[in-house]
Amino acid sequence: MAVSIGTEQPVGGTDPGLPGVVLTPRRVRALRLPRSGKIQAGLGLLAFFVLVAIIGPLIAPYSPDQTFANAPVPLPPSGAHLLGTTQLQQDVLSQFLVGGRSMMLVAFISGALATVLSVLIGVTAGYLGGLVDDLLSMFTNIFLVLPALPLLIIMFGFLGRSSSNDVFIIGLIISVTGWAFGARVLRAQTLSLRNRDYVDSARIVGEKWWRIIGTEILPNLTPIVATSFLFTVLYGVGTYTALAFLGLVNPNWSWGGMLFYAQNSNAEISGYWWWFVPPGLAVALLGTALVLLNFGIDEFINPRLRAAGLTGRPRRRSRPWSGRRPEFALTAVIREGSEQ
Amino acid sequence: MRPDADGHGAIQDALADLSVPAGLGEPLLEIRGLCVDYGQGDDAVHAVTGADLFLHRGEVLGLAGESGSGKSTLAMAATRLLRPPGVITGGDVLFYPGNGSAVDLLAAGFSGLRVLRWSQVSLVLQSAMNALNPVLSIRTQLTDTLAAHLPGSSRQTRRERAVELLRMVGISGDRLTSHPHELSGGMRQRVMIAMALALEPQLVIMDEPTTALDVVTQREILEELKDLRDRLGFAILFITHDLSLLIEIADSVAVMYAGRLVERAPAGALFHAPRHPYTLGLLHSFPPLHGPRVPMTGIPGSPPDLRKLPSGCVFHPRCRFAYDRCATEAPPLVFTGAGTSRLAACWKQQDDGPVPVELAAPEPAEPAGQMTEPAGPLTEAAEPSGQLTEPAGAASRVGDPPEPAQQGSTA
Amino acid sequence: MRTIARRLAFYVVTAIVAVSLDFLIPRLIPGNPVDAILSHMQGITLSRATINGLELQFGVGTKASLWSQYTHYWSTILHGNLGTSISNGFVPVTTVIRGALPWTLGLVGVSTVISFVLGTGIGVLVAWRRGSWLDNLLPVVTFFQAAPYFFIAFLAVDLFAIKLGWFPAEGAHQNLDFAAFNWTYLSDVLDHAVLPALTIVVASAAGWIVGMRNVMLTTMDEDYVLIAAAKGLHKPRVVWYAARNAVLPSVSGFALAIGFIVSGALLTEIVFSYPGLGLLLVNAVGDNDYALLQGIFLIITFAVLAANLIADFVYVFLDPRTRQEA
Repeated sequence: MAVSIGTEQPVGGTDPGLPGVVLTPRRVRALRLPRSGKIQAGLGLLAFFVLVAIIGPLIAPYSPDQTFANAPVPLPPSGAHLLGTTQLQQDVLSQFLVGGRSMMLVAFISGALATVLSVLIGVTAGYLGGLVDDLLSMFTNIFLVLPALPLLIIMFGFLGRSSSNDVFIIGLIISVTGWAFGARVLRAQTLSLRNRDYVDSARIVGEKWWRIIGTEILPNLTPIVATSFLFTVLYGVGTYTALAFLGLVNPNWSWGGMLFYAQNSNAEISGYWWWFVPPGLAVALLGTALVLLNFGIDEFINPRLRAAGLTGRPRRRSRPWSGRRPEFALTAVIREGSEQ
Repeated sequence: MRPDADGHGAIQDALADLSVPAGLGEPLLEIRGLCVDYGQGDDAVHAVTGADLFLHRGEVLGLAGESGSGKSTLAMAATRLLRPPGVITGGDVLFYPGNGSAVDLLAAGFSGLRVLRWSQVSLVLQSAMNALNPVLSIRTQLTDTLAAHLPGSSRQTRRERAVELLRMVGISGDRLTSHPHELSGGMRQRVMIAMALALEPQLVIMDEPTTALDVVTQREILEELKDLRDRLGFAILFITHDLSLLIEIADSVAVMYAGRLVERAPAGALFHAPRHPYTLGLLHSFPPLHGPRVPMTGIPGSPPDLRKLPSGCVFHPRCRFAYDRCATEAPPLVFTGAGTSRLAACWKQQDDGPVPVELAAPEPAEPAGQMTEPAGPLTEAAEPSGQLTEPAGAASRVGDPPEPAQQGSTA
Repeated sequence: MRTIARRLAFYVVTAIVAVSLDFLIPRLIPGNPVDAILSHMQGITLSRATINGLELQFGVGTKASLWSQYTHYWSTILHGNLGTSISNGFVPVTTVIRGALPWTLGLVGVSTVISFVLGTGIGVLVAWRRGSWLDNLLPVVTFFQAAPYFFIAFLAVDLFAIKLGWFPAEGAHQNLDFAAFNWTYLSDVLDHAVLPALTIVVASAAGWIVGMRNVMLTTMDEDYVLIAAAKGLHKPRVVWYAARNAVLPSVSGFALAIGFIVSGALLTEIVFSYPGLGLLLVNAVGDNDYALLQGIFLIITFAVLAANLIADFVYVFLDPRTRQEA
């Protein structure tokens, strides 16, 4: 998603100036996501990975640490080992199936925590304004600019590999570096909502601030919170994989860890593709699923993007000029009865 | 081009090559039966239906109507600048550059149109803040079109022309290096007008050019426009919902309703003696600033859904003169009488029965054409508006006895 | 220029925060870093002086107050002393970093510029020709945006280096002992840089492609683009006028992007055994060389801040509305 720091407007699909249907809680429940190809594909992929996370360890043919025949090099896929073996002659498929669980757990934990943080900080800054806003904004911007991975590296570096086995701790630390982007977007949106008439009138009438936030502001932030959540989960996926790849967290067992071992054995140079392609591809596809979902939600919010023709099959009757797209600054002339 | 010390001369020569001046009053733009839809199929919105519009050289034609009446759509479609999902579904648009030929604008391709654009027909939009590119200097925005159409010109010549254009609208030349956000609203609008005249086009289409300005600036700009037009002789298609502006500047006025042209007449005639019930209603939707208090009439009902236009005459559901023919047949836009240039699309004018007295006021005594004295101080008008003082004639107030004509107070 | 001054002040504050984090983290995280170092260095005995130095660096067992440790830390930093690298023969951290930094800077710098130009350019094209086959690029691009840098690096090595043999699989150059500015050396360096750079470009361009496309679509609806076409300007010029505006959010979003790109580049370097900061990093992790880790963190942070400052300058240059003129 394009992010603007120089301006205050969130770019790329979250337009606070949308002729808004006020999303009262009742109406939020009635909202259904449109049947966009993107959203369906994204949800499908995501569901697949959640499934792998849940039942993976149960259907793995072997234990991931179990070593087999004594061979000097990793073996390619065969009947006994559907995805081949590693340098230590462990079954790649089993490692893969077991590794999905920690990935999903860490990703969702870090996403959830980061989203909670970003809502707390962003909405507070936007709603209260003044000095609180200035301080929180500065705080947010600092965390936005600080490069995340190096910071995480020193945090995990000092933490030590053995004590960082707990998915919750890992998720927590990752979330500390991932909340800033969402906070900024939410702050901008809250600022604009706060100045809307219905919020003003609620304030004048004397509603308590937590009621105002709860009933007027938060429901309207739902699409952005959803996008932000998906984005931070995506961030969690990538970051956790990177940390495992670097050997900063326990590589057993996660997809990043498999890549760590593969790298240590120079799998890519020796061409042992079955070792690094499944975990890498899985991470990429999981990420793609999240990005697709995000696109889908973006298009739902910003109809202009939808109309640009990315949402799968046309739902209405096909346009007569479906072979030739309309040219810029040259209004199409389609007379009755002629074929164009 | 003559390599002159006088940049003005060089550009003028080049511009002279672009268009051959022809006689005033000859046809410039002919729109016949234009139909424009937004979208296609059953959901299509019929923004313009069967529009006929004729513009002559040097003429200031006002195009009036409420929002949604299709006036902007008509102008944009005619120049092929209408954005998707706008589609032209029928009609013809012919442009006469003056060398005897006619250009079919609907059949032209991008490069053919490109040569015509701005050199023959230019555009002034409502919001200069949006129409001017925020990251480019005023100089760039004035000279880029010169460079595109006069490839042989030098930077220096173009710069001098830009200074000249600014001076023409009363802005000092040192504003060339400014950017749009550094200028006031009025100045930006003037820059847009200067920009539109860069190549001395034959026709300038102005879409609500003063609506976003305060009344005082509005007035100034209208005066400047009139002055420029007297000097340079271009035609103007002045699109607005504010009829009062048209009194100031228009030679003729055309009225649109729900995508159709319903009336066209010289300005004075239209205001004092409307021939179409819609025009009549428009003119009586607001009370005059001077004179005795009278009850407002307005127009009952609301504009139709453009996806499901009424059968027959589009206005008939709201028209108090409507009878059975109006619901079944759409009246064509025809002359309202022999020897007159006035057009109206109303069965009451065309059938054999008597014309209602409100629609048959005598033509005003002043010659058709731009009124030299404004009829009254301009006020901010919401739409639709028609701020007039006392229209002459019995048609001014329904049911009231005829009043003596009273002229506007400014002199 | 007030904007730039404000941003500069902000970066200074951020740099201070970074140094402070460097100071605090070893002290806040449970465990004794010095013990961890010692236990890792089996067989090597360290002099008492070295151990004292380490304890001072990480605040272990020292009786000085936190504040005096802090000020002391600052004074060492400002003197250009980032500590001693225990895994590289006890040379100063700055020396170690200085050897690797140019490689990383060169690789990341060039790749980022290429990626930005290519990404925004393709984004403009995709937006301009909406409804054409170019739209099919977007799912592909999405995939690469989501794939980890090092995975793309793996694929690149496997495909282009091993299977096709077009480019070398690792290193920055053949093992020449000297760096001479002759063509052989330069072409060798380029040869080795192609795959890592390609990886970084492929992984990072996606963000700009999609971002630029989205902003272009909105920009193309603006009146000034319509007027540009109505003015009879040639089409490339009209596109340029739109793109000139649409690129602004990408430039201001550069700040966020560069952090990710640097992180990704480090990981890419590891796969390619490129002698930059990435390789240093992963070795430091393995050897518990905390001082080196801290030093790398600081240097990377400063580099990212500098890149941000450059991006800010570019933004002010591109957008006249940000210039405060008298």
